[in-house]
Amino acid sequence: MDLVLFLTFALIAVVCAINMSLQRHPVSSALSLIGVMVSLAVLYVLLGAEFIAAAQLVVYSGAIMVLFLFVIMLLNAGSEKLSFKSGTAQFLGLPLLAILLALASWVITDATAAARPVKFGSFTAGGPREVGWELFTKYLLPFEVTSILILIAIAGAYRLANKEMD
Amino acid sequence: MSLYDLFPPEFFKLSVPLAGYLILSAILFTIGVATFLFRRNIITVFMAIELMLNAVNLTFVAFSNHYAKVDGQIFSFFVMVVAAAEAAVGLAIILMVFRNRSTLQIDDFDTLKS
Repeated sequence: MDLVLFLTFALIAVVCAINMSLQRHPVSSALSLIGVMVSLAVLYVLLGAEFIAAAQLVVYSGAIMVLFLFVIMLLNAGSEKLSFKSGTAQFLGLPLLAILLALASWVITDATAAARPVKFGSFTAGGPREVGWELFTKYLLPFEVTSILILIAIAGAYRLANKEMD
Repeated sequence: MSLYDLFPPEFFKLSVPLAGYLILSAILFTIGVATFLFRRNIITVFMAIELMLNAVNLTFVAFSNHYAKVDGQIFSFFVMVVAAAEAAVGLAIILMVFRNRSTLQIDDFDTLKS
């Protein structure tokens, strides 16, 4: 079932990402992005990363995207107007991106030709217990620094959003 | 040609090559860059950044599986935390910008240019 599940959810992720890119209304883009994140969570489970899959659902498609939707609705953002101010990006952008994708795919297939295929169930050290053990022993200092980072981000966001109009 | 020829039982026993996950991540990253370049709504541009961060996370988790080590997952955990902090601050900045300029089109934010 590995390949079937992978192909299904990879297809959903790519279609949702393209839809996010094409939709004119920010709310439609945000909902498509949630689709990408949920299908990525399924792929994380396939890769044996259960804790990261749960965190992806809770943090990304839960908290962050709800924040996005709050701001979109707070600002009453409508469909965006088309504009063609940046000529270079319009003409050179897509060919250069296609070259980037082709080169990246070539390097990836070249470098991982000998890699063993990913089998569901072969790697089981992705549960909360193992991740938590690593997080609180080997990566304790980065973890604590991250908590300070979040505190600063909360204070900064509060200060920015609460500022009087001047 | 029947459905059985298209999907023989062996098809359901195949496993995914590592390159499949990495190429999916590259595709998502490229779509993120394209959205970042072509869209003119500041909120959509910000969502494109989130999409790129997600694509990188997939690479981290795929390599964590490949090397059978949990370190890659820890890294993607930190990426998530930084993305959450970034979203909070970035959306507060968007709120401020909208209060002062009452627009979300990034073409209109060109004060530094002139």
